[in-house]
Amino acid sequence: MEFTDEQLLRYSRHIILPEVGGKGQAKIASAKVAIVGAGGLGCPVGYYLTAAGVGTIGLIDNDTVEMSNLQRQIAHNVHTIGMPKVESAARTFEALNPDVTVVQIRKRISKDNILDLIKDYDIVVDGSDNFPTRYLVNDACVLARKPLVSGAILRFEGQVTTIVPGEGHCYRCLFEDPPPPGLVPSCQEAGVLGVLPGVIGGLQATEVLKLILGKGDLLKGELLIYNALKTTFRKVKVPKNPNCPVCGENPTITELIDYTEGYCGLH
Amino acid sequence: MEAVVPDKSINIKGLVCPYTFVKAKLAIESMEVGQVLEILLDYEEASRSIPKSMEDHGQKVLKTEKVNDTDWILLIRKERD
Repeated sequence: MEFTDEQLLRYSRHIILPEVGGKGQAKIASAKVAIVGAGGLGCPVGYYLTAAGVGTIGLIDNDTVEMSNLQRQIAHNVHTIGMPKVESAARTFEALNPDVTVVQIRKRISKDNILDLIKDYDIVVDGSDNFPTRYLVNDACVLARKPLVSGAILRFEGQVTTIVPGEGHCYRCLFEDPPPPGLVPSCQEAGVLGVLPGVIGGLQATEVLKLILGKGDLLKGELLIYNALKTTFRKVKVPKNPNCPVCGENPTITELIDYTEGYCGLH
Repeated sequence: MEAVVPDKSINIKGLVCPYTFVKAKLAIESMEVGQVLEILLDYEEASRSIPKSMEDHGQKVLKTEKVNDTDWILLIRKERD
């Protein structure tokens, strides 16, 4: 890849790193990453991947920006309230780095469209805020064999894990089925510290870059849990479950599932 | 020391950090292990920082020479990818 003088400056701190260099920066520039959700997690993940020069970022979200988002969703602002989140975030990302192509996908993902939506991307990031989407994204990535960097936040606690189909665990190895509706409160019900998605999204973006570069150790077979109140990071081993319903030896889930019954905020 | 014939030469006169090392590093990346890169520069700090960074990255600095009032020539042999 031939860099322009502007790109040499923009990416100089990357190029200087032995683990990145010009070759690594070229890999970043040709990478395609899909981000599910342009909210608390999707904003910092997309923002940092844009800064890093990821070639194509597909942003999938069906919501519009609201005032109550601005406490944590850093790609949006008071001037984009009412605008589709994908458009608001795309404007922010494009202003940061015009090298990056931001594809705005203003859709709610479902079992009928997800495989088509992620098929052109190398890596998927889950920044969704609900269990039906989380399980749908997991199952789709396992079936399509796409690496998935999954993040979740609530109150003062966040989790990150990296799923590489065929090489480690998947989300269902960890929790076989989604919890029943109402058991785990949503951010809307329970609150979330505004900076928490910044920490977790930053970790997700780091995992994405390591996947692209093929460097370092991924959170493969591990769940990282961050507690913001206690300032602790805890890693929990997550072995691959041979009886996992989607990635196990005899999978029982061979088609995607939309869990809609009883989950709020999905209609 | 025997005269070393460089396989590639770059002129980064007029450039300052971080351009200097970025250009030198990209040049080394594009070469084969065992080949020698010659760098002509006029930014004094880089005459010290480039050799140090190259060694940190596992390359071999064969020569650092001030050739006139303003310019330095470095010879770096690529030892690893």
